[in-house]
Amino acid sequence: MRVRCTVNGEERVADDVWAGESLLYVLRERLGLPGSKNACEQGECGSCTVYLDGVPVCACLVAAGQVEGRTVVTVEGLADGDLLHPVQQAFLDAGAVQCGFCTPGLVVAVHDLLQRHPRPSDPDVREALAGNLCRCTGYEKILEAVRLAALRAGGDR
Amino acid sequence: MTATGTRARTRGGVGESAARPDGGLKVRGEFAFSSDLWMEGMLWGATLRSPHAHARVEAIRTEAALAVPGVFAVLTHEDVPGVNAYGLEHRDQPVLAHDRVRYQGEPVALVAADHPETARRAAALVEVDYAELPPVTDARAAVRGECEPLHAGGNTVRHVRIRRGDPTASAPVVVTGEYEVGMQDQAFLGPESGLAVPAADGGVDLYVATQWLHVDRSQVAYALGLDEELVRITLAGVGGAFGAREDLSMQVHACLLALRTGRAVKMVYSREESFFGHVHRHPAWMRYEHGADETGRLVYVRAEIVLDGGAYASSTPAVVANAATLGAGPYAVPNVAIDCHGAYTNNPPCGAMRGFGAVQAAFGYESQMDRLAEAVGVDPAEIRVLNGLTQGDHVATGQEVDSAAPVAELVRRVRDMPLPPPTGTDLRSLPGGVANTTHGEGVRRGVGYGVGIKNICFSEGFDDYSTARVTVQVVGDAPVASVHTAAVEVGQGVVTLQEQIARTELGIARVRVETADTRVGSAGSTSASRQSYVTGGAVQAACREVAAELVSRASIASGADPATLSLDADHVVDLSGRRVASVVDLLGGEEVVERTVEWRHRPTTTLDPETGQGSAHVQFAFAAHRAVVDVDVELGLVKVVALDCAQDVGRALNPGAVLGQVHGGSAQGLGLAVMEEIQVVDGLVRNPSFTDYLIPTVLDMPPMQVDVLELADPHAPYGLRGVGEPPTISSTPAIVAAIRAATGLPLARVPVRPEHLTGT
Repeated sequence: MRVRCTVNGEERVADDVWAGESLLYVLRERLGLPGSKNACEQGECGSCTVYLDGVPVCACLVAAGQVEGRTVVTVEGLADGDLLHPVQQAFLDAGAVQCGFCTPGLVVAVHDLLQRHPRPSDPDVREALAGNLCRCTGYEKILEAVRLAALRAGGDR
Repeated sequence: MTATGTRARTRGGVGESAARPDGGLKVRGEFAFSSDLWMEGMLWGATLRSPHAHARVEAIRTEAALAVPGVFAVLTHEDVPGVNAYGLEHRDQPVLAHDRVRYQGEPVALVAADHPETARRAAALVEVDYAELPPVTDARAAVRGECEPLHAGGNTVRHVRIRRGDPTASAPVVVTGEYEVGMQDQAFLGPESGLAVPAADGGVDLYVATQWLHVDRSQVAYALGLDEELVRITLAGVGGAFGAREDLSMQVHACLLALRTGRAVKMVYSREESFFGHVHRHPAWMRYEHGADETGRLVYVRAEIVLDGGAYASSTPAVVANAATLGAGPYAVPNVAIDCHGAYTNNPPCGAMRGFGAVQAAFGYESQMDRLAEAVGVDPAEIRVLNGLTQGDHVATGQEVDSAAPVAELVRRVRDMPLPPPTGTDLRSLPGGVANTTHGEGVRRGVGYGVGIKNICFSEGFDDYSTARVTVQVVGDAPVASVHTAAVEVGQGVVTLQEQIARTELGIARVRVETADTRVGSAGSTSASRQSYVTGGAVQAACREVAAELVSRASIASGADPATLSLDADHVVDLSGRRVASVVDLLGGEEVVERTVEWRHRPTTTLDPETGQGSAHVQFAFAAHRAVVDVDVELGLVKVVALDCAQDVGRALNPGAVLGQVHGGSAQGLGLAVMEEIQVVDGLVRNPSFTDYLIPTVLDMPPMQVDVLELADPHAPYGLRGVGEPPTISSTPAIVAAIRAATGLPLARVPVRPEHLTGT
């Protein structure tokens, strides 16, 4: 089948999509956007978190056909050209990146959290990110990155 | 050496929390992991695996699979052109099963197709006639010789015997215990994957996430029947490793399919397949007896340890050696008798995982130290301070500890850190969390300690080295240093460290680290907490040779004594920092200065086969944890409230990365303490998914206080001490000790499950 959707602001078309394919597969293998990651492909790890019509979802749990006519934003769509999004910059500055496989999903999840809740407490952050597994960092520096991103966003106001 | 007297001041050098060179790509989602590779016209590989733990393979029929439209090849053991065997220490594992399968998940056939789902469905159509055999599942019975031999030499992979002092010594205070450790999974997030591309010369180019490129290459070439030069391996982005990528997974399989089809072939395991596609941490059974005087000072340690290696050897021999030689823990013990056996069974193969034998033993000996503390009536921290190793002491193998061993100091530091506030009322801070299972009733708090010891680098006389090629040339009117090694970056930051070392040694700001591949000599494995030490040492040595050449040229040109010259800020400078020559001028345009160095740490010895005595280890590393837990004793739910750590790292070459290792290592220890176990029943894995195999989330991890000591090891580059593994070793026993303190239960097995706490 053919699937049309808007991805990171561009109209995209994927052809020859098999009905069993996920949004994650279409993004990674048909649209050249492998930033969303394939760590568990059953909605447990959050590595494939993307926005679907503004709501964060696990792309592995969305059937490709469900995306017809809808809007997707992936981790590749967050930076402004060479300028990293403040959440991305905070992950770098806090040292929250090790292997980096969880990073795209976490960046999207934190991006969403801070939009909804610009100054979250640590328990709020933990609750919001409980669906994103990281095996390298023990989460300490990820929390630091969220605090840093929130602080910087607050400073701009 | 001439240029080593002064440290360059170029920014981003050793000792700074320099930024990762791959960080920008990783936060953008543009870093190419091995599962992201793509090539026009590539095919997808899939693997058919044994559903049985033990069976004879009587027939394999591939016709139905081959008939599926879109399928390009279906391969079995008959299609392996070289020797159908691989393995890190013994080549005892078939690339594709021939007449027998020895574990559930053993690869039997391969398919290449134009869509991954087509490949998977076709693999399911391969017909295999199995005759099931009773599986050997009891490791202790296996090493006693009570089971059918699974390999020609019997079911003992290795037995290491340690005898120090008087193995029959007696003591007034004796504590004994039996302990078990469940099978832990590394659970890296990036699945096994890679892309094999057939080459015009009959060879193959493999892009893969692994831990040791050159050992992969020798095994792949052996199985393909190719000269090693025809197998070229390039590191693709690695989504975590933790030991699980030290053995081959899809490497040979993808190459077989690529060479057969003449097309590039990509293989990516699903999470379920990943649980079957790599080795795990050895489950352990341990019986310990500790003898001490009335004050608690250790007189002897006797132990029997059995590690279940599963169906194939993998790195079991080295894991056995670690559990045995480190089995008395970070303590001064005059009399030691330890026997450690590694078994062949029909359980999943076990091999390397962070901590590598030291983790299992630490759960045993640390549990014992708590029992001893109770028996003599002293505090658990105090018993560790009393017995802790110090420099000049000897470990169980008789080896002298010849650099800092601040065991007592590490324990005192975690003991003296501020304690967390009392149990609160926010559901999210209580056991059970927002499941709303308690508002504080039935919740008991406990505090526990753990200390661990780990050998750094490869041991037992292994020729452990790394190779670095360093070049300096002028690019765009500025000098650029290039560092090429085969050291595998798994997330820990060895790419960053190579840049830092080059900046420090060469005083050149612009440094590029080349992609790791087999065009340069071996770096050894990214394991055993060894890459900073060994590849760090190699890069340092190669940089110093390049620096010496540049200084020599400046000396000839200026007449200055080379001993007074060094490199900084793209110049050769004298002792006062005055610029003597620019690197650009010294290179004179087109020229490249290049040096390649193969660097070894000081040699180690083998273990005496009768007594296990010998200086088998290069370096010892230590960490201590204090854990605080809240336990809902009615439901058996545990909330780890604090997990604080003190660790000596010799010198923190990148302090931020050091903290990242301590945090992440501690989290994996927490997982083993309270949640992580591959559940195996009759040789069959019951929970191969992230739904059923739980790893710590951000809700499970408490905030951590970390105290990093820097007591330089004079034998190591920059004084560093390996960092990655020690925090995984001590956090598990500390957490279990805290749960014991909260509940009064003996808890002799990890992971601790709710039913262990409620007795239901």
